Amino acid sequence: MKPSAFAYRRASSLSDAVAALAANADAKIMAGGQTLGPMLNLRLAQPAEIVDITRIPELCATSETSDWVNLGALVTHAAIEDGLVPDPTRGFLARVAHGIAYRAVRTRGTVGGSLAHADPAADWLSCFTALGAQISISGPTDTRRVPLHGFMRGALDTDLAPGEILSAVHLPKFSANARFGYAKFCRKDGEFADAIGAALLDPDRAIYRLVASTTAGAPIVIEAGAAFAPEEIPARLDAAGSTGDSYERRLRAVILKRALAEAMGK
Amino acid sequence: MGAPGRPAGGASGQGIGASMPRKEDDRYMRGRGQYVGDIKVAGMLEVAFLRSPVAHARIKAIRIPDAIRAHVVIADDLEGVKAIRADTSLPGFKSSVQPALATGKVRYVGELIALCAAPTRAEAEDMAAEIEVDFEPLPAVVDMRAARRPESALVHEHWGDNLYLTTFVDVDFEAAKAKAAYSVTKELVTARQVMSPMEGRGVIAEWNSRKGQLVLTTSSQQPHIVRTGLAECLGLAEEQVRVVSPDVGGGFGYKGILLPEEVALGFATRKLGRPLRWLEDRRENLTANANCREHHYVLTAYADANGRLLALDCEATVDSGAYSAYPFSACLEAGQVGSILPGLYDFPHYRCKVYSVATNKPPILPYRGVARTGVCFALEVTLDALARKIGCEPNDLRFKSLVQPHQMPFDNIAKRHFDSGDYPKALRMAIEAVGHDAVRARQKQGEKDGRRIGIGYAMYAEQAGHGTSVYAAWGIPFVPGFEQSQARFTPDGGLELRIGAHSHGQGMETTLSQVAHEILGIPHDRIKLVHGDTGETPYSTGTWGSRSMIMSGGAVAAACDALAERVLKIGAALMQAKREDVRLENGFVVGPSGRMAVTDIARTWYRRPQDLPPDVDPGGLELTAGYKAKRDTGTFSYAAHAAVVAVDPDTGATEILDYVVVEDGGVLVNPMIVDGQVYGGCAQGIGTALYEEMGFDANGQPQASTLSDYMLPGPGEMPDVRILHLETPSPYTRWGQKGVGEGGAIAPPAAITNAINDALKDMGVELTMSPITPRRIVAAIDAASAAAPLGGKAA
Repeated sequence: MKPSAFAYRRASSLSDAVAALAANADAKIMAGGQTLGPMLNLRLAQPAEIVDITRIPELCATSETSDWVNLGALVTHAAIEDGLVPDPTRGFLARVAHGIAYRAVRTRGTVGGSLAHADPAADWLSCFTALGAQISISGPTDTRRVPLHGFMRGALDTDLAPGEILSAVHLPKFSANARFGYAKFCRKDGEFADAIGAALLDPDRAIYRLVASTTAGAPIVIEAGAAFAPEEIPARLDAAGSTGDSYERRLRAVILKRALAEAMGK
Repeated sequence: MGAPGRPAGGASGQGIGASMPRKEDDRYMRGRGQYVGDIKVAGMLEVAFLRSPVAHARIKAIRIPDAIRAHVVIADDLEGVKAIRADTSLPGFKSSVQPALATGKVRYVGELIALCAAPTRAEAEDMAAEIEVDFEPLPAVVDMRAARRPESALVHEHWGDNLYLTTFVDVDFEAAKAKAAYSVTKELVTARQVMSPMEGRGVIAEWNSRKGQLVLTTSSQQPHIVRTGLAECLGLAEEQVRVVSPDVGGGFGYKGILLPEEVALGFATRKLGRPLRWLEDRRENLTANANCREHHYVLTAYADANGRLLALDCEATVDSGAYSAYPFSACLEAGQVGSILPGLYDFPHYRCKVYSVATNKPPILPYRGVARTGVCFALEVTLDALARKIGCEPNDLRFKSLVQPHQMPFDNIAKRHFDSGDYPKALRMAIEAVGHDAVRARQKQGEKDGRRIGIGYAMYAEQAGHGTSVYAAWGIPFVPGFEQSQARFTPDGGLELRIGAHSHGQGMETTLSQVAHEILGIPHDRIKLVHGDTGETPYSTGTWGSRSMIMSGGAVAAACDALAERVLKIGAALMQAKREDVRLENGFVVGPSGRMAVTDIARTWYRRPQDLPPDVDPGGLELTAGYKAKRDTGTFSYAAHAAVVAVDPDTGATEILDYVVVEDGGVLVNPMIVDGQVYGGCAQGIGTALYEEMGFDANGQPQASTLSDYMLPGPGEMPDVRILHLETPSPYTRWGQKGVGEGGAIAPPAAITNAINDALKDMGVELTMSPITPRRIVAAIDAASAAAPLGGKAA
């Protein structure tokens, strides 16, 4: 199938893009296009206008402060995989990036697009949530900075208001003792995950955070304590509202256990 | 290679038996192949089809806006067009009538309703979206076993039931029961799949008014069959139709079918007065077109007290979908189950009943391996279960039951004539190569990561190149006869070979060049294979059934033999030698007093005819020759596959740790290409075993419309398949070659399932479906542990 007709506009700046969205309620922004492209082709999305944001310099930029690494929304998975942007996790992010879909997708797909699309099976959603990331959301009047946790309201549903653009991702820096774990279950290489588990253990900052993807909504976040035992995972997931049938719930627990084991060095 | 001690590839190292790189890969690997999607014709419009959104309904009305009416073709417009019919002469067969565009009723989701033509595909899709159809819904027939019940809704009302055909064979079955010491009964299911060539179907139709000819450029593996079928449907004489099949990006059976899209475009190009192109997209391929496989079995296997196979008793059902596809019919799969099921085994009692059922799903089409993949799965998985019942290694049962080499040639219980081979040797080689004892030892140790290791085997025979006597009995729309090739020298000494079959991955531009080189000694860069155009090649039923190396290879050899004789006669005369004193060697006619290049003989024929001897054959250096095997019941290549898997009981994930194929394809013309065929086939077999499944809901809606829903194995899922060869020549073919195109796709589901069941046998788990998904493994483990709560073996 081929897309239905749409107008195309290349935005030159973030404010230009925001203005374009404000001017046309039926406009849709396109970054890497790795999801929107197929949706256009299948005519599942039929926007009147595509606002191409890929040439906006400020969305490609990265920066660092003493406490944060800031990634523009257009940073690609491949850039993270290749170590071309600052990485506060000492290589953990590169490994997660390496497991996203296929290299062709990683070359074009962006962190901002991935988070804004809010597919429950997306790697960054679970990974960045575990890391305690924040995001910047730019609208007609200002840019607000909010925690990623809570941004996703459900499958393909976020806190983004009409006319807003997710403009940056902010990753905190961690102590030297911080350890990371990540596991996912895909039926084949490069496919959407059936389950993702992410773990951040930063004892110096008393962070023991476990995150499990769900199939239908936002990832589940477990703020565990220092004394947390892996055996508690199934019950904690159920208590947090782990959804799906028995296979999905069990798989979620198994994969989260594997992520935790990795973070614990087991 | 044939004669012991003969070097691979003959004297030059470039003939029969040489692992020559493929000539065609130069253009393929540089992206210079030319597919239907690469071809543009001046004034061409692109076509999109409006397809049925429902599985079963009467069409009450079709409303087309006036603004687009002139660009749309529906069934009412198809003046003089006949429906596609693929009947068989098998007794009791019920005929289906497949209209090019739905007429009165739709019978599956995706059936064509309207052809829309526009300058771009997107605009054509816009048109299709503007057409409104009123449907009167009918109950969808989705489940093939429910479809057999008398109360089922009917796909074709006038039949009175949903059965294309029921076949039955009984060889002294009742006597088996008294002799049986062991038996198991298994219910086995193989999912409906979709063939997934990288290139889908594609068609360009244009009317050439100078030639008075419809030219149909189509991605086909059987261009001459398409021409015959198309002419019949369109009411044209065959000379008014030319079918061109350019480069084809994978066939696997799907490209052998006459599609309603081809008929619709063939008609519409004249009505609309413009060349038309339709390129199938992946969604159409998945949801509406390339369906295959879907079998169900209830199979009982009996063994005698010595642990030898005694009898098989089978009831099989094949979901053939809504229409009998042209030319192979709705019985190609079902009609062969009974004759393939005995496998490589020699046993005395047999019964098999097979139902070919119509449902409201796309027609089931032949896919690499055809019925064998499902049949091999049913038989070999059941044999392993029988061995577990007996308490022996499954291969003990196999060794006791296999046809033995001294019995060859062997007529089996289903009257199949096995031409040659050593089946036990292939199995012994597989056991050794896979390191069976080491795997068993590792199993005893257990895995640190909690996974379970299993080993499984499967064997099959692949009938190939079978011809007139077999297909005459079927009475489907074509019967293969003599295969022909044209061979001619050009004035500068090049050799052109023309065949009616089509090469689209088989490497025939290379292997047939090897055949010609073997006989004529012409260098490969002066040998050109012409194929894929009914206007340029002799008639052929095309490339299917692993037949081309036998049939086209035999035909090319016959043509080259005859051409060689003409060259030798001219050469002898020019060198003033006797015919019996000259021979062909490395492209030269060699006589007692010297030699003469074949290129010089060609130049003499064309450009210095004054030098030719008076008794020269006036047919010159161009001829057509035909070939048929000495016996046309087919060659039987065969193989033993061995798989080692690791199964994760927590997630249900299966990893293939090792995979061995011991294959006997007779004399191999190009062993490298054969290995490539085996690798590719294995990838597809692994897809069948673990990944591929096209589900339908209760309303007949397909459950996958993109490749993120329909899961294909990728490079990461392919094990490093290790291939070993036996080369037992076929006594019936030119060099003893056998057809080997499909085998790789036949055994993997059975071997992998047997390995998974071996891995999980201590948990009381036995899986009998394909694909075996992680979810199904975990469910089976749960069911087994529920059945045996104390952790003992399930009964």
